[in-house]
Amino acid sequence: MNCFSVKNLNLHYGEMHALIDIHFDMKYREITALIGPSGCGKSTFLRTLNRMNDLVEGCRVEGSVRLFDEDIYTMPDVSMLRKRVGMVFQKPNPFPMSVFDNVAYGPRTHGVRSRQELEMIVEKSLRDAAIWDEVKDRLKKPAMSLSGGQQQRLCIARALAVSPEVLLLDEPTSALDPLSTAKIEELLRELRSKYSVVIVTHNMQQAAHISDKTAFFLLGELVEQGDTKELFENPRDERTAEYISVKVSAPQAACAAPVDIPARLAG
Amino acid sequence: MRGVFFVAALASVFAVGMICVFLLGSGIPTIKEIGVANFLLGTDWSPSNVPPSFGILPMIVGSIIVTFGAVVIGVPIGILSAVYLANSCPSRLYRFLKPGVDLLAGIPSVVYGFFGMAALVPLFDSSMLSASILLGIMILPTIITLSETSLRAVPGELYEGAVALGARHYRSVFGVVLPAAKSGVIAAVVLGLGRAIGETMAVIMVAGNQPRMPEGLLEGVRTMTANIVLEMGYASGIHRQALIATGATLFIFILLIDLSVPLITRGHSGSRLLRLLGRARKGAAT
Amino acid sequence: MTGMKIKENIMKWLVWASIALTAATLAFIVLFVVVKGLPYLKPSLFSLTYNSVNVSLTPALISTVILTALALVIAVPFGVFASIFLVEYAKRGSKIVKFIRAMSETLAGIPSIVFGLFGMLFFVTFLGFGFSVLSGALTLAIMVLPIVLRSSEEALLAVPDSLREGSLSLGAGKLRTIFKVVLPAAAPGIFGGVILSSGRVVGETAALIYTAGTVAQIPYSPLQSARTLSVHMYALSGESLHVGEGYATAIVLLVLVAVINVASSAILKRANRNRI
Repeated sequence: MNCFSVKNLNLHYGEMHALIDIHFDMKYREITALIGPSGCGKSTFLRTLNRMNDLVEGCRVEGSVRLFDEDIYTMPDVSMLRKRVGMVFQKPNPFPMSVFDNVAYGPRTHGVRSRQELEMIVEKSLRDAAIWDEVKDRLKKPAMSLSGGQQQRLCIARALAVSPEVLLLDEPTSALDPLSTAKIEELLRELRSKYSVVIVTHNMQQAAHISDKTAFFLLGELVEQGDTKELFENPRDERTAEYISVKVSAPQAACAAPVDIPARLAG
Repeated sequence: MRGVFFVAALASVFAVGMICVFLLGSGIPTIKEIGVANFLLGTDWSPSNVPPSFGILPMIVGSIIVTFGAVVIGVPIGILSAVYLANSCPSRLYRFLKPGVDLLAGIPSVVYGFFGMAALVPLFDSSMLSASILLGIMILPTIITLSETSLRAVPGELYEGAVALGARHYRSVFGVVLPAAKSGVIAAVVLGLGRAIGETMAVIMVAGNQPRMPEGLLEGVRTMTANIVLEMGYASGIHRQALIATGATLFIFILLIDLSVPLITRGHSGSRLLRLLGRARKGAAT
Repeated sequence: MTGMKIKENIMKWLVWASIALTAATLAFIVLFVVVKGLPYLKPSLFSLTYNSVNVSLTPALISTVILTALALVIAVPFGVFASIFLVEYAKRGSKIVKFIRAMSETLAGIPSIVFGLFGMLFFVTFLGFGFSVLSGALTLAIMVLPIVLRSSEEALLAVPDSLREGSLSLGAGKLRTIFKVVLPAAAPGIFGGVILSSGRVVGETAALIYTAGTVAQIPYSPLQSARTLSVHMYALSGESLHVGEGYATAIVLLVLVAVINVASSAILKRANRNRI
């Protein structure tokens, strides 16, 4: 069964044609990595999957994006879509409240009121995000007091707390140190048995390491999509081959890349 | 909810509108009744004469002279102090000086007035000079805060560039950094001007308040603001109306000063200037 | 070269003289007020009721607190909601935003005596509130509105968009995002601005004489007249017998303002440190 199925997707920012004729399919409970150079459109594409691009002024989307056969751009309630499609951002963005309240924010948003139930959800989400042992004694402490890597795992827990069907991750480790990165990669591999995941990454090892499928973006086009192993070892398109060979031989250069499109929130 | 927020956002527009309606709506007919020339250019203010005479030229001139005096005293000291705070101040000293300037901004006008009554009046009488000095002190924090902000906003490369060319410290600051901060410094002066011309309580306590054409630096003077406060308590009828009209005239002066800012600083980023202005107003608000 | 050196020295001395003068002026004012007022800072000055003998400042102190609180209760919701509109709803840089901002700047530049006249014409006479705490508080609320608006606008702008995105990506609506995430994050900055405004209210005189009046009593209803500490001081300045008590009141006022200043800058500093 296809979890996401995207056809003829075109996206414009004002004059700029940022995504060109994208066709993309993703299976249930699979991890798909989106790779490509900065500004290639991979983050933009990720943000079309939960309609975060709606917030950007002057952004137009054409084509169809289906989540389990439902067109997400004709859904009446964006918040239901975002409940089903969770997102973790490049930089950890814990809210200025306690660890507990951070994780409980989503469930509360969607109407969970009972303390008992909230406690259950929070514990389960923190366990799933492999951070429970580190924070179980300081659930009441401000989330900002955690380390960067812990904050990012907290953000993952926060996203998991609304039981999403799909999890979108936008370079979740690019702002973290190698140790925290390793922890999150391990966590992502564990998550793949329970969730469908799309992850944008600049790190080829990471893509190769954790994903089932990989999609390569270049200049707004989806050049190639396939099994990760296949794509890395036998790329069909020479542009993919060139990108991968350069990146794998010089992986360090890939680390600190900026966000593709500055996404300023608008009215 | 968007509507609720929008309505709240319109509150300040509404307030300005109401102030215009009530002040100008009440003041302008009065000015017409008295006669524009008689009111604005008349040199005799004798509300209790028969027939009364309502010429506010002495007060207009008084306000302008006192404000000018305040600017002459406050602006150079203020800008030079800002230069020190922004470019030469060791941080250990800054920790005392900065809150000091904030406190200077926070001291209520009446306290300045009491200070002026006891410290300046014995030296210079209740006079234009006393009022100018006191107002000069009162606008110091406004000018220092805003000038300092704009001096700090100048990129450090400019200063370094000048020093690299062999210029000494203060030559670099005055030759390069200060000119680069010009628009902010001008805004500071304009803001100080507005504060000086609008100041009421402190001026009343040191200016002597004689409603006659100013005669000399050491003679008493009455400003527009003083005119309103001093007589509103017992005025009635056309006299009261004339005081409100004095307020309307002051209001128009302030609006003209506000409008002149973009003209004076043309070529500089207007909105940035406005933000600076706003920040300084916030800083100097008390 | 020596000419340059002399010039440099002159500039140096001018700058030093200016900052020394500024610092000395402040020190002089504070010392002056303290020296003049300290002998009059007697317990009778703090007795509960005012009469022409003890000229107690307690009623004025209580009135100051009441008036400040009332003015802020009126101004803060308007200021904060307006800033929410400007930052979260309106298109940035749009005409309406520019217009509202310009009006707010205009309001900030209006002298307090003009506010006083307006308050007298509108609240006291037109709406019939008379010389009262209510008229005074409403007048002051308009006066501090631009300060509250500006500081909460800056506080909201300083909240990183990543927090808004985080909330929206969890399916929260715009309102919930604003009230549960953005406002709490901006709260210290907003609070700092509110404290700052209270400083302005405490120091205000000209806007109050003809709106709240000058009666030296503790007001028991918002429609009664009352004088704040600043107005109290002004009233004493006219009575040559009690100028000393005026200075004593000035000490209390100075302490109040200093406390407000320290509190607001401490809060704002913390707000900046917590920024992500």
